[in-house]
Amino acid sequence: MLELTPLESEAIRLSLRVAFWAVLVSLPFGLAVAWLLQRYEFYGKTLLNGLVHLPLVLPPVVVGYLLLVLLGRRGPLGSWLYETFGFTLPFTWEGAALAAAVMAFPLMVRAIRLSIESVDQNLETAGRTLGASRSAVFFTITLPLIAPGILTGCVLAFARSLGEFGATITFVSNIPGETRTLPLALYSLIQTPEGEAGALRLALLSVLLSLAALGASELIARRLRSRLAG
Amino acid sequence: MTQQKESQHPETRRLDVDVERRLGELQLQARFSCAAAGITAVFGRSGAGKTSLVNMLAGLLKPERGRITLNGETLFDSQAGINVPMERRRLGYVFQEGRLFPHLSVRGNLAYGFKRVPKNERRIQLDEVVALMDIEDLLERRPSALSGGEKQRVALGRALLANPKLLLMDEPLAALDQPRKDEILPFIERLRDEMAMPIVYVSHSMQEIVRLADTLVLISKGKVEAVGTVEDLTSRLDLRPLTGRYEAGAVLTTAVAGQDKAFGLTELRFAGGRLRVPHLNLPLGQSLRVRIRARDVSIALSKPENTSILNMIECTVQAIGEERSPQVDLQLDAGGAAIWARITARSCRALDLRPGLKVFALIKSVAIDRQSLGRRDRAERFLAEDQ
Repeated sequence: MLELTPLESEAIRLSLRVAFWAVLVSLPFGLAVAWLLQRYEFYGKTLLNGLVHLPLVLPPVVVGYLLLVLLGRRGPLGSWLYETFGFTLPFTWEGAALAAAVMAFPLMVRAIRLSIESVDQNLETAGRTLGASRSAVFFTITLPLIAPGILTGCVLAFARSLGEFGATITFVSNIPGETRTLPLALYSLIQTPEGEAGALRLALLSVLLSLAALGASELIARRLRSRLAG
Repeated sequence: MTQQKESQHPETRRLDVDVERRLGELQLQARFSCAAAGITAVFGRSGAGKTSLVNMLAGLLKPERGRITLNGETLFDSQAGINVPMERRRLGYVFQEGRLFPHLSVRGNLAYGFKRVPKNERRIQLDEVVALMDIEDLLERRPSALSGGEKQRVALGRALLANPKLLLMDEPLAALDQPRKDEILPFIERLRDEMAMPIVYVSHSMQEIVRLADTLVLISKGKVEAVGTVEDLTSRLDLRPLTGRYEAGAVLTTAVAGQDKAFGLTELRFAGGRLRVPHLNLPLGQSLRVRIRARDVSIALSKPENTSILNMIECTVQAIGEERSPQVDLQLDAGGAAIWARITARSCRALDLRPGLKVFALIKSVAIDRQSLGRRDRAERFLAEDQ
C-alpha cells in the first residue's frame, strides 16, 4: 500500500526535477526583473510589468501555445536554438521546466519585489559611506535583507511548478518518462477506465508533496527571520 | 605615511566648500572655509539646507556647480569633472537614526567599515573604540536589542572605525530624549578630545553647539551667513535673528578659579569678573565655556544689597535691540566679554538705559546648569556625580 508504483515514483521524480530547474533558472531573472521594476524608472516599465504578469491572467493553454509557436522546431527562436546548439525544447522535460518557469515567474517576481521595497535604502547609503562599493553593498546588506522574500518567491514558484498543467501539456505534451509530471499522470489515470484508485493515490501524493515543501520553507523562513531580528 | 604628514602640518587640514544646487524652493549656495579640526557646527533652522549641505560633503547629493576640497584633496569639482564616489571619500557619517544594519551583530556593524580600510591605514582600532564608546557588553547583540542611546554609540563607533578623515554628524541627538542626549554628549566630546577627530556637526540646538563646537557655520535659507568662533558669532547683534531669540544668550570663556566646598559652589573667572555656579568637579585652572541665556540676566543701576543673587557683574551697555515687542535685548560689555540681557521694554524705559551707561548684570547661579557648560580641553568628566 505504501510502496510507490514505478509510474508514481517516475512522475514524482520528474515533477521534482522540473520544478527544481524551473526555480533555479528563473531565480536570477526574477531577481533582476524585480530589482529593475522596483528601483528604476525607465521607458517601457509598464509594458515590462504587464508582460511579466501576463502568465498570471492568461489561460495556461495560451502560454503553452505561444511557447510552441516561438520555440517549436520551426519557430523563430526554436529553429535558431536547434541549428546553433542542436537543442530542442518542445516534447522534452527541459521544455516542461521552461513552461513551469514562465507560469511561476510572476509569483516569484512579486514576492522578491515586495521584499526589495521593504529594504530601507538609507541602510545601503550608510554602507557606502563606510567604504563599501555598490556591489559590495548589494551582497552584504541588500541580499541578506531580502533573503526571506527570495525564499518566499522560490517556494511559491516551486509549488506553482509542481502543479503546472495547461502550458505543459500544450508545449511538451504528455510523454511518459519525459514530460508526464504528477498532474499529467493524474490526468491520464482519470482518462483511463479503472484508473480511479491510482488517481486518488496520486492526488494524495500531491498533497503530501506540497505540504512538505511548505513546511520546509516555513522552517527556513523562521530561521532567517530570527537571524534578522536577533 | 600621508596621515602622519598631514598631522605634522595642521595648517593644511582645511575644509573648503563652495557649492550650489537648487532644492525645490530653496537655492542652496554655500561657501565657506574652515579648519578641519575640532568640531565645526552647522547651525540653522529646519529647512535651511543643513542636511543637504552635509550630504553634498559626503557625496550623497551632487551639487550642480562648485568645489569641495578637504586637506587639499578635491572631493568634488564641477569644472574639472571630479566627483569622488561616496565610498572613496573616507568621510564618516553618523545619521540621526543610527542606521545600524539589522542583520549584523554590533560587532559585525563595527567591523563593516573597518575591514574595508587598508591595513596600513587602520589608525583607529576596534578595542580602542569599544573602550571609548563603552560598548564591550553589547558586542554580540543585535541592533534590535539596543536602546536608542546604545544604538547611537554603536553608530558613532562604526563611523569612527572606518578611519575617516572627517566625521559628519547630522543631528545625531535629535531622535533622543534629554537623558539619552546627556548620555551621548560626553562620547562626542571624547571623540573630539581623545581621538582628535575633526567633526562637522549639524544641529539646530544652540545648547549642543555651545557645549561641543569650536567653529560655527551659520546658514539660513540655503546661504552661509557667517563663519567664526562660537563666542564671536553668538555675541554679534546682527546675527541675532539667526542664532535664535528664545535661546538667545552669550558664550563666555572662563577658567575655574576656586571651589567653595561648604556651599557646593565653583568660582569661574572670565574677562569681566567672577561667576559662581553650582559645584563642578574640575581642577583649578581648567578652562570652560559657559553659556548665559539672556532671559537669566537682569539689570540694576546700582549694586543691590541684601539679595540672593550671587553674580553681580559690572558692565557697560553697548547696544539696545529694537523695541518692537514687550521685550528688549541688551548687549552688555563686561571687560571685553559680551553678555546679553533680556528685559521688558517697560524696565528699559524706566531705568533710562542707553549705550554707554554703567550697569550691573545680575545672574542667578542656579540658572547656569549642566547644559550651559562646555569643557574646552582634555579633562575627566567635570560635573559632580550628584548634579
